[in-house]
Amino acid sequence: MSTSVLSLADVHKSYNVGTAVEAEVLHGIDLELAAGEFVALIGPSGSGKSTLLNIIGLLERPTSGKVRIQGEEVTALDDTGLTRLRGRTLGFIFQFHHLLPAFSALENVLMPLVIERGRRDAEMRERAAALLDAVGLANAAEKKPAELSGGMQQRVAIARALAVRPPLVLADEPTGNLDTHTGDDVFALMRRFNEQHGSAFLIVTHDPRLAARCDRRIELVDGRVVAGAR
Amino acid sequence: MPFEFLVALRFLREGRMQTLLIMAGVTVGVAVVVFITALITGLQANLVQRTLGSQAHIVIRPPEEVARPTLDRASADIAARVESRAQRLRSIDQWEAVFARLAETPGIVGASPMVSGPAFASRGNASKSVAILGVDAELYRKVVSIEDDMVAGRFRPSGTDAVIGIELARDLGVAMGDKIRLATAGNREDLVTVVGMFDVGTKDLNRRWVFTSMKLAQNLLDLPGGVTNIDLTVSELFGAEATARTIAGQTGLLAESWMQTNAQLLSALRAQTASTLTIRVFVTLIVALGIASVLVVSVVQKQKEIGILRAMGASQGRILRVFLIQGGLVAVVGSILGSAIAAALVSLFARFVRSADGSALFTPLLEPSLFFTTWLVALATGVLAATLPARRAAKLDPAQAIRST
Repeated sequence: MSTSVLSLADVHKSYNVGTAVEAEVLHGIDLELAAGEFVALIGPSGSGKSTLLNIIGLLERPTSGKVRIQGEEVTALDDTGLTRLRGRTLGFIFQFHHLLPAFSALENVLMPLVIERGRRDAEMRERAAALLDAVGLANAAEKKPAELSGGMQQRVAIARALAVRPPLVLADEPTGNLDTHTGDDVFALMRRFNEQHGSAFLIVTHDPRLAARCDRRIELVDGRVVAGAR
Repeated sequence: MPFEFLVALRFLREGRMQTLLIMAGVTVGVAVVVFITALITGLQANLVQRTLGSQAHIVIRPPEEVARPTLDRASADIAARVESRAQRLRSIDQWEAVFARLAETPGIVGASPMVSGPAFASRGNASKSVAILGVDAELYRKVVSIEDDMVAGRFRPSGTDAVIGIELARDLGVAMGDKIRLATAGNREDLVTVVGMFDVGTKDLNRRWVFTSMKLAQNLLDLPGGVTNIDLTVSELFGAEATARTIAGQTGLLAESWMQTNAQLLSALRAQTASTLTIRVFVTLIVALGIASVLVVSVVQKQKEIGILRAMGASQGRILRVFLIQGGLVAVVGSILGSAIAAALVSLFARFVRSADGSALFTPLLEPSLFFTTWLVALATGVLAATLPARRAAKLDPAQAIRST
């Protein structure tokens, strides 16, 4: 598929390789994600969701198998190459938002842009401010994360994930830490960005209600994809 | 502002107490180093000034005359004892050529020919043994700052005008404008007029030195056209011995530096310099350890943030630089504050530490170059000390770092 944003072929991941406690967590994952898709990744605890997400997020390397992001084969890249690819093509939304406490909401949204270009400029500021406005936090731009509620923090995190207009956003239980109502808001926001910007989303979630509202559900059980691989 | 500076500054600001403490540490360290260095430099400059104020850095003399056995080499006779020869007063052979050559030697800033020898100074029934120093006033002033030691008149030995020390003046009971008689062993004598009196701080020299013109000294000492020694000043004080050796090698003359004639002073100065250096090295080491330990803690505290930054595309090199810059910033700010404190200490010292008569003992020397080198060393120390923590930060596994709490 020419518009594939992510493709995994026979990805295995083992921990403690070569020792007595070697354990394979992922047993040959095959996966495709098309551009602009909005996909849920579901599965019980311990099924390997986080590991899979880390591998897709280029934070961990697979033990074997191929990972392509935007058609680029990543297994051959060194740390610098992985970092660059990650900064350019991936946005992260974590369960506990993981904003930088020393920086204001606006600066947090700016950060991926500053990292990409090396320094701040006025155009970036505008883009970041527009994103904050889009998540309904124009008034909170100068506030530090600690001064914001959980739902607001998660919305800042979403704005941050979209700052570089990445083709793929990875969300790890983005609503897991929020009440149902706030969770719905956050989910709606991701959906809106997906439709407006065309970024593909891969959302790890425990919430079957939210999973049901995604385009597709990939189900992971014991390190194997049992449904929705494509 | 570049990304690295932005994050480094923010991290420092966030770690308030830690940052303040380590900056205070650097400040105190730099203050100690700058103050001690200024103190010792001042003390040494003062000692050297006192010692060398009235003497040349290098004195060049004709080689000593040696007894040459006239025995035939082929014969088996051996001189059982060779007596050393009596050293008569001699001129430096072709001293003008030597002098011209010295003036062109790099590192030599002043050269003054001198005709000196023993004599008696008498007035009425009083007679004192003195040393005649025939000099060219202009040239001599460039070598020895005798002008600073004048208590009466000017330093202008010329014609039959002479300049004597205050002790000799007292011993002979002469005042300015009085005449004294100078007589030498060769029964040559002349009347000179006292036009100036000096006090070089050493009674013995005040009693013995009689400055005259070169011509007069040459006549009295029977050395027409000759000079007995050439006095030199060098730009690099502690290079005097090396310069002296070079000159001796080139000219075949005797060249003696102040470092030889004041060996004890020199070893005292060297011991001081060594102890200052020791203090500086250890203070620097302690400051470096302080910076490193605070940053190590900071890396642990900031694990999660580092992980987030890495996830957002910050390379290992960027993270490394964020922490190196923190070390550098702490060092630079600390060393500016420390320098200010040291400057304040120096002015306090100059005001309150005084000798019994109320005059300043000596002034600590605060040279701009001292600040400059201190800042450079501090900056290098800060960055080097940050290397280990910075590498740890860069090597953090982002996935694990994000998971950490």
